[in-house]
Amino acid sequence: MSSEALFALFFNLGFPLLLLLGTYAIGTAIERKHFRDLLQREAKVRQFPLLTFQSLPANWQANSAAMVTGSVVISIDYFKRFVATLRSIFGGRIKTYEPLLDRARREAVLRMTEEALQMGFDAVINVRVETSRLASARRDGKGTAGVEMLAFGTGIKLLRPESS
Amino acid sequence: MSVGKYSIILTNTETVPGRTIVEFYGLATGNTVRAKHIGRDIMAGLKNLVGGELTGYSELLQDSRREATERMVEQAKSMGANAVVNMRFATSSVAQGAAELFAYGTAVRVE
Repeated sequence: MSSEALFALFFNLGFPLLLLLGTYAIGTAIERKHFRDLLQREAKVRQFPLLTFQSLPANWQANSAAMVTGSVVISIDYFKRFVATLRSIFGGRIKTYEPLLDRARREAVLRMTEEALQMGFDAVINVRVETSRLASARRDGKGTAGVEMLAFGTGIKLLRPESS
Repeated sequence: MSVGKYSIILTNTETVPGRTIVEFYGLATGNTVRAKHIGRDIMAGLKNLVGGELTGYSELLQDSRREATERMVEQAKSMGANAVVNMRFATSSVAQGAAELFAYGTAVRVE
């Protein structure tokens, strides 16, 4: 085999392979870092009540309310998108996409909670989480494949008997 | 009167907790259509290879949603409302690389 043919072989096979391996390594590192960060921040707000009720529980008295939101756009790496594309041929569970949605949802809810805390609210009621696909990936796995996660709810300040 | 980032009360519940609704004015809406900025798009394209948060897009959507909400607030105020209840957000992509953000709710007057 001539050196040109070897070069062509490397260029056609080696480069995509390197890209897959490289993005897998970096992507996984970013994902792990994000999960660690999420766990730390979640531990701080664990006591904060988030409710999906439309109205207040019967014995609660609120004196002010306002909308709180949190949103994030997250995408996954090239390798995981590639695996997902392969998976979609045979069908079944796409494991590589699950952490993406999990991360995005937890991040959005955390941002909403942090905003509520910053505004001095005691709880958030009627919490809703919405997902929208920002843009679709092309069949070859290129193009943006981000999801946008939006969490919103009504932050409330409780009327406490001792403070009134 | 106002709590938070906007000049009137916004909630996504059917009432304003702790207050009573005295008058209904009907639907208040606000929308905005935004396209991605090419520089951001290139950065996002690179970021998309390794995954992670696309900060440019996160900010773009936050700003756009805020603008849609502000337009809804203006409309509600022009009707004489001091709150918008049962507020909803909607997103739809109108063209390649452009999205419409829509905010709507019921304009009301609370005590």
